[in-house]
Amino acid sequence: MPDTYLDKGTSLWQDAMRRFVRNRLAIFSCAFLAALVVLAVLAPLFAPYSYAEQDLALGAAGPSVRHWLGTDILGRDLFTRILYGGRVSLMVGLCATAVALLIGVTYGAVSGYAGGRLDTVMMRFVDGMFAFPFTIFVIILMVFFERSLLLLFTAIGCVEWLTLARIVRGQVRSLRRQEFIEAAICLGLPRRRIIFRHVIPNVLGPVIVYATLTIPAVMLLEAFLSFLGLGVQPPMSSWGLLIKEGAEAMEAYPWLLIFPGMALSATLFCLNFVGDGLRDALDPKAAKD
Amino acid sequence: MLKFVVRRLTLESIPTLLFVATLTFFLIRLAPGGPFSAEKNVPPDVLKRLEAHYGLDKPLLVQYRDYLLNALRGDLGPSFKYPNRTVNELIAVSFPVSLELGIYALAMALAVGIAIGLLASARKNSAADYLSMSAAMMGICVPSFVLGPLLVLVFGIWLGWVGVSGWATPSDRILPAITLSAMYVAYIARLTRGGMLEILSQDFIRTARAKGAGGMRVVFVHALRGGLAPVVSFAGPAMAGVITGSFVVETIFQIPGLGRFFVTAAFNRDYTMIMGTVLFYATLIILFNTAVDILHVWLDPRLRN
Repeated sequence: MPDTYLDKGTSLWQDAMRRFVRNRLAIFSCAFLAALVVLAVLAPLFAPYSYAEQDLALGAAGPSVRHWLGTDILGRDLFTRILYGGRVSLMVGLCATAVALLIGVTYGAVSGYAGGRLDTVMMRFVDGMFAFPFTIFVIILMVFFERSLLLLFTAIGCVEWLTLARIVRGQVRSLRRQEFIEAAICLGLPRRRIIFRHVIPNVLGPVIVYATLTIPAVMLLEAFLSFLGLGVQPPMSSWGLLIKEGAEAMEAYPWLLIFPGMALSATLFCLNFVGDGLRDALDPKAAKD
Repeated sequence: MLKFVVRRLTLESIPTLLFVATLTFFLIRLAPGGPFSAEKNVPPDVLKRLEAHYGLDKPLLVQYRDYLLNALRGDLGPSFKYPNRTVNELIAVSFPVSLELGIYALAMALAVGIAIGLLASARKNSAADYLSMSAAMMGICVPSFVLGPLLVLVFGIWLGWVGVSGWATPSDRILPAITLSAMYVAYIARLTRGGMLEILSQDFIRTARAKGAGGMRVVFVHALRGGLAPVVSFAGPAMAGVITGSFVVETIFQIPGLGRFFVTAAFNRDYTMIMGTVLFYATLIILFNTAVDILHVWLDPRLRN
């Protein structure tokens, strides 16, 4: 440890940053994800074709100079469709995680801060929800209501907040006993202000880690729903939908399954590595499972 | 112990089941459309008689009460889409298939996962450790609906070694079981490695080594019991997961299990079948979780008081 470390003093976040940057796998994953996000967001500029543009005369053709990853049965450029699919998959991943964060953090913070009977009742509810067959719940929602992206990520978000709520509650309960919270109470700050200004910022570490690991779980759920035909509807594309179409045509045109599958798996890989890296950086004590 | 189990199964699970039933009931009933709305050209009077036959013309709250009373007696009602079959019969026919598949998958996941995890923890930070943990990451990141079709393509179609659809011969069971277990193999390997590393660093292990216990003996006699605790915690959700989460695998491989029946029922808006399946699954999850808690107490004497 260099001397300057002691002299200057470092905040928790600087410390974590230093540890994170040293993790090459996580940095590489970050770069990959950043490139993917840029490509997906700017897809209309980068993509060589439009996502619905058909070349029926060409049909399904293997990778070539004109179509880097080949074309599907309707002659649509697969590279373009993977880029556009990535837009949907990433957006669902981020938005649903945001929904889960919003519900989970608020719920957990209120429950942990309130303590007592309210806490017991609120956590009982969470325990009860864990017995709920969630995939089934999301399937029911998607079948019975009009399938829209908004419903999709609200439904997924409503499913994914439970663990977050538990984590936040545990953290808040241990924070509540500490002096600076007591000081805030003594100063007469309103309860809401204490929760949002003093408690929540201090539980951000574990929350960020868990949120990063929630994104791949959500993307997987979206892909799973699209695979069952319950997610994104054609002609829009998402990775799950492309994989579904690819699986149907794989006997004759295996690349239609392989490339979208690779896109999804590589992204999930990177998100998991970033999540693990963040956990090691923010919480060095946590055992690596 | 018995008191704990009884309390778990009555005081805690009944409100949960009631909540699950209520939420599902009103969710599917308040949504637009109905089980007979997909069939074109049903004359209004026929529709009326159909609805009267199934009691769908009564007020919703009366239907809700009737359903719960029947469910309490174990009667989940007639299926709307499979005439003359009850939901009980359909579950009785399809669940054993899902259960069999789930047992294969979980057995494979435990055997392979624990073996990999032990190997990785015994040679910490070696090439074997990194290799097996990377492979485990792959199991987590390659979802079943990618892995399944790929396995079918390679082993079923190109090589022609095994069956690729249905549930008739033993060879039909190989690929679905592998596909379903992949993710669990990965999780269990990671959990085993983590749990073992933690236990192996404790004092009583050093004592055992100091007293001359060999490497194998330390791992299997002293460490394994404690090191597997995380795996045991995971086994409950995993068991529930392989059984309730097999829709995709059952769809890919055309297996007549409960998962596929449920997906079809949802698409058909077969109210009673949906309700029956949801309640059945929720009961299973509660049972598995309770079983895991009991197992924990058995494995860790400190929890007995």
